[in-house]
Amino acid sequence: MKNNIIETDKKVERRSFLKKIAILALAPIAFGFLGSTDKLKTVKKWMLENGYIPSNHKWGMGIDISKCIGCGRCAVACKNENNVPKEPFFFRTWVERYRIYEDGDVQVDSPNGSIDGFDNIRTTNKKMLRSFFVPKICNHCDNPPCVQVCPVGATFKGEDGVVLVDSDYCVGCRYCIQACPYGARFLHPETHTAEKCTFCYHRIVQDKLPACVEVCPTQARVFGELNKKSSPLVRFLRMNKIGILKPSLNTEPKVYYANLDMEVK
Amino acid sequence: MEELIQHLTPILKEVWGYIFPNEIELHWGILIVLYPYLTGLVAGAFILASLVKVFNVKELQPTYRLAMLTAMAFLIVAPLPLLAHLGHPERAYEILITPNSTSAMAMFGFVYAWYLMAVLCLEIWFEYRRDIILWAQKETGIKKWIHKIISLFSKDISEKAIHFDKKWVKIITIIGIPSAFLLHGYVGFIFGSIKANPWWSSVLMPIVFLFSAIVSGIAMVLILYMIITPVRGKQLDILCLDKLASYLFYVMIIDFSLEALDFVHRVYESEESIKILAYLVSNKLFISLVVIQLFMGMLIPLAMIALIKIMKSPPDLKKMVYFISAILVQVGIFSTRWNIVIGGQLFSKSFRGLTVYKITFFGLEGFFASVIVFCLPFILLYILTKVLPPWEEARNP
Repeated sequence: MKNNIIETDKKVERRSFLKKIAILALAPIAFGFLGSTDKLKTVKKWMLENGYIPSNHKWGMGIDISKCIGCGRCAVACKNENNVPKEPFFFRTWVERYRIYEDGDVQVDSPNGSIDGFDNIRTTNKKMLRSFFVPKICNHCDNPPCVQVCPVGATFKGEDGVVLVDSDYCVGCRYCIQACPYGARFLHPETHTAEKCTFCYHRIVQDKLPACVEVCPTQARVFGELNKKSSPLVRFLRMNKIGILKPSLNTEPKVYYANLDMEVK
Repeated sequence: MEELIQHLTPILKEVWGYIFPNEIELHWGILIVLYPYLTGLVAGAFILASLVKVFNVKELQPTYRLAMLTAMAFLIVAPLPLLAHLGHPERAYEILITPNSTSAMAMFGFVYAWYLMAVLCLEIWFEYRRDIILWAQKETGIKKWIHKIISLFSKDISEKAIHFDKKWVKIITIIGIPSAFLLHGYVGFIFGSIKANPWWSSVLMPIVFLFSAIVSGIAMVLILYMIITPVRGKQLDILCLDKLASYLFYVMIIDFSLEALDFVHRVYESEESIKILAYLVSNKLFISLVVIQLFMGMLIPLAMIALIKIMKSPPDLKKMVYFISAILVQVGIFSTRWNIVIGGQLFSKSFRGLTVYKITFFGLEGFFASVIVFCLPFILLYILTKVLPPWEEARNP
């Protein structure tokens, strides 16, 4: 009798042990699968409950270079809004200063992405031909090379045209950073996943403007719909001569520049 | 994070010209240099082995099995540097279960699995099957069982079965050649298809990768053969060495021509990026590209092998020259990978400035980690030669 109990105990032990092994082996896959779909569902549910239907929108940004004064408020606001590390190596948006001299020499700088302001020191006696500031941001390309190369599909273009990264899914291979022609991506030093501008997605789904647009004192940045005639962005595109960055790469940016200079790359 | 900031802050001062602020951190370091270097050795060693089976180059028979095992040892280690550099290595399986069909990198798992399982494992198994069975018959203890398991408990060594084995070795080798091309050409494509980076973006990239892979593979087998044979107290087969050196020479000529073509093409087309690339080559990459890759790794070995072939030299001199050439070639090819991977990240995509690469010593992506990764294949090869001795005398008559 006693022996029998020990026997069955052993059997039960073995069975539960095997079960545990099976669970251990399958858990990561199951959790990964369920986890991702679950999360997607909650995000979708939230958006639909709040009346945000991605396919009804197509977002873009207009930037008027002649209006930018290089104050760097946009870069500061972006870092605060999106928890971007404050160190000068991680930017979702930044402002560049261009100084073009008579002999064709071009000097570009962006100290701490414009957050520390631009100094006035002239390193040369050459005469200045023209000078201006250029805010930079992810171009939310319609033909995004970063999305093309992501091995797991963690970065994707939403139905509203916004290019996003799923940080629960990103493996941190950094292929997207290599593929971006605009230097708009970085690896978050804490999450070890790819990071970039989202047009402040958490704000735009609530009908608010991206932080950088909101704080710009000169309204150099215009955010809006590309497919709605009444949108300020469409008006911006109607009223200005428009340029995009690196058109030869066929990335089809949705960030449009007015008064773009040929030296800006 | 603290560590990274400490690492990046001094680099800020060393930046030349203007680079985008996110470009100060260089993302693909020495581990990613190792990856194409290791897969290149796999593809090269396999192509060398296939010369024996498909093209019937009898002189290379002594290195056939060694080349196969070398390919195997390096292939097993090849994914390690990739895994170690990921921000989330624990999510690496996502690449296999939910691959993005438009990503070149996502194909890695499939190309790798195909090459390991369908080509290398099968070919080695068919090639060794008869010997493994005979070894198992003579042996006792653990060794007997290891060999029994590796032979998958097959026992048939009739003439018909051996003939079948031989036929399949040949068929797999024929499939294996395009597969080896795929394995390494594909690594070239990962870089060559990045249109944002003019240093990488080139249709020649997969082909250049391939031929430099064959160069490095032949040189590696030559080095291993020349070290292992005397250590085992055996005589080097000078005919085999001559043949290896000849193939090394021919493939280097092709490799050199391709790289020259790439260079001339770039200079002649003189696109937007030419100024910054010229500056990159003449400054940051001068030592590693012009001195090490071109002169030490290419021109000097080519000249030495050519001279030794033209002048009828004594075997001992030949051996020395072959060995030194092969070592120089290895250094040169490693430098080639360095110049591609690191070089491609040193210039800004604004084409207005250069950054620097500061290697770290500790940590998963550091120098010591990469030294370990580099040594692993040799340890593995040692174990493989114990289990599956590739030597002529181990073969059963």
